[in-house]
Amino acid sequence: MTDQSLKDLGAHVAGALGAVVLATDVRLGELMLTVRRDSIVEVLTFLRDDPQCLFQELMDVCGADWPEQVERFEVIYNLLSISKNHRIRVKVRTEDGVPVPSVTALHPGAVWFERETWDMYGVLFAGHPDLRRILTDYGFEGHPLRKDFPLTGYVEVRYDDELKRVIYEPVKLTQDFRTFDFLSPWEGMTNVMLPGDEKAGVAKTGSKP
Amino acid sequence: MAAVVNTLDEESPIKTYTVNVGPQHPAAHGVLRLVAEMAGEVVERADPHIGLLHRGTEKLIEYKSYLQAMPYMDRLDYCAPMAMEHVFVLGVEKLLGVKVPPRAQYIRVLYAEISRLMNHLLCITTGALDVGATTPALWGFEEREKLMEFSERVCGARMHANYFRVGGVALDMPAGLAEDIYSFTETYPLYIDDLDALLTNNRIFKQRTVDIGVVSREQALAWGMSGPMLRGSGVPWDLRKAQPYDAYDQMDFDIPIGLTNDCWARYLVRMEEMRQSIRIIRQCLEKMPGGPVRAGDHKVTPPKRSEMKRSMEALIHHFKLYTEGFHVPAGETYTTVEAPKGELGIYFIADGTNRPYRCHIRSPGFAHLSALDFMSKGHMLADVVAMIASLDIVFGEIDR
Repeated sequence: MTDQSLKDLGAHVAGALGAVVLATDVRLGELMLTVRRDSIVEVLTFLRDDPQCLFQELMDVCGADWPEQVERFEVIYNLLSISKNHRIRVKVRTEDGVPVPSVTALHPGAVWFERETWDMYGVLFAGHPDLRRILTDYGFEGHPLRKDFPLTGYVEVRYDDELKRVIYEPVKLTQDFRTFDFLSPWEGMTNVMLPGDEKAGVAKTGSKP
Repeated sequence: MAAVVNTLDEESPIKTYTVNVGPQHPAAHGVLRLVAEMAGEVVERADPHIGLLHRGTEKLIEYKSYLQAMPYMDRLDYCAPMAMEHVFVLGVEKLLGVKVPPRAQYIRVLYAEISRLMNHLLCITTGALDVGATTPALWGFEEREKLMEFSERVCGARMHANYFRVGGVALDMPAGLAEDIYSFTETYPLYIDDLDALLTNNRIFKQRTVDIGVVSREQALAWGMSGPMLRGSGVPWDLRKAQPYDAYDQMDFDIPIGLTNDCWARYLVRMEEMRQSIRIIRQCLEKMPGGPVRAGDHKVTPPKRSEMKRSMEALIHHFKLYTEGFHVPAGETYTTVEAPKGELGIYFIADGTNRPYRCHIRSPGFAHLSALDFMSKGHMLADVVAMIASLDIVFGEIDR
C-alpha cells in the first residue's frame, strides 16, 4: 500500500464516520485513526463491514500510559484485512476508572487482549464478559505496565520452610536498582535538567551582597 | 438401552464437575493450568490460566536500550528464537529508516526458515507424542539438534542466539557452514518422508486428530488466528507472500492450506511448510550475495574491530553505541513477521530517546490459546490434549 492509497482510505473512513474520527494520520506507511472512546464499537463495526475496508481480523489490543496527560491511557487496536491486504491502527484515550466499550461482541478474539490490557494498565472495559486478571499472579495488586509502577515491583515470593508455604514479602534489594541515564547532553536533548541548571533562574532573582 | 439412559436422567443426573490440569503436565506444553468443567467425559468449558511464566518482558524492555533489549526476544518463543529477533530488528529498522545490505537479508531469511524447521519439528513430533506416538519425537529431536548446531556455528548459542542486529546480523557466516546446511537440505526431506510414512495415514493418529478441534474460516478470522491455524482453516494467507519483508519477495515457494479445518489439516500444513522451508533455504544458499552483513551507518551498527585500532572516530562510535546506544526518532509502528506459529507483531512507541517508550509483543499463541474454550466445547478431555498440541503453544511467548 502506498501512502496515498492509505490517505485515501483514511479520508474515506473519516468521511463516512464524521465527527467520531478525531484524527487520521499516515506515518511510516501505517494508517492510524484516533476516535472517540464511546464510538469504538461503531468504528470497528464499520471497518469490518465496509466493502472498502473489510478489516475482518483484530490482531492486537494493547495499552499505553502517558501519566502527564489528562486522559493518561491509550488503548490501541491493530486491525488486519486479509482480503484487501492492509492494516489500520485505531486509538482511543481513556483515564483511570473510565471504561472503554468492549469490542468482544464484535471480535471474540479480543477477550484475552482486553483482559491483558486491564491487567497491565487497569483500563476498564464495559460489557466485557470476563474481566479477570490474566498474566499476573492470583491476588496481585496494581497494574505493572503503568509508568508509575516500579520495575522491581512491591512484593517478592519465597517458600518458607517453617510455615511450609509460599509467602509474600516486600521487595528487599541487596543493592539499589541501577539505572543509567545515557542520554548524551549534546544530542537528543529534550528538556533535560542537567545538574546545576536549577541555579540559572535563581541567579537572576537572588540578591547576593 | 434407552431405559438405562432414562433411569440415569431421572435418578442420578450427571453433574458437571471441574478438572484441573497442570500447571505441570506433560501434555500441557509448558506451564498451562487448564480448568475444565466436565459433564462426564465431555468438556463443557475450558478456562486456561496463563501467566505462570510471565517475566514482564515488555516492562523490562522499556528500561533497556534497543541493543540491550534484543536478548529478551530470544526468550519469548524459545523454540524458534531467531523468528522473534527478526520482528524486533525489523521494527526498529522501520523506525530508524535503516537499509539492510542484501547479504544480511538473505542470512536472516535463511535462519528464519531454519527456526521454522526447528519449531515445526518440535510441534509435530511432540504433538504426535501427546496422542501416543513415541518414535517421531525421538527421531525429530535428532534432526532438531542438527539445526541447533547450525545456530551454534553462526552465533555460538544453540537456542538463545542473539544473532540478528538492527541493520543486519552480528557476524558473517563462517566458512563451510553454507555447504553443510546445503547437504542437510539433501538428507532432511528423507526424514520428512519417514515422518510422513509414520503419521499421515496412521490409523491411530488419524483417529485422534481427524475432525478434532474444527475451526471454520469465519471462526478463525473472528478469533484473530494466523499462521498454520488460519491456513489449516483454508485461508491462503501468509505474510511472507502478502507483505514480504527482507528477501522473501525474491524467494519462490508455495503456501499450503488445509481442507478439513481440523487438527489433522494443521498437521498436514506444517508438514508441507517444512518442505517449502527447505526450498527457501536452498534458494537462500544458492543466491546468497556477497558484501557486508551490517549497514554502514556507524551510529547504528558497530565499526569493525580492525578499524577501532586505528581510527579515533571508530572508537568513539563503538563507545557511544555500547553505552548510550542509538537514538530512535519519535514514532510508532506495528511491524509483523510470519513466525512459525503465526503472526508475530511488535508495537513500538519510540519517543526519540535510546529506549522504547512502549514495546508490546503480539504473540500468535496468545490469540490461539484464547480460542481453546470454543474449540474444546463438546469434545472429550483426551481430545483437548490433541488440540493443545495442534495450537502449537509455547509459554515463553504467551506469557511474555
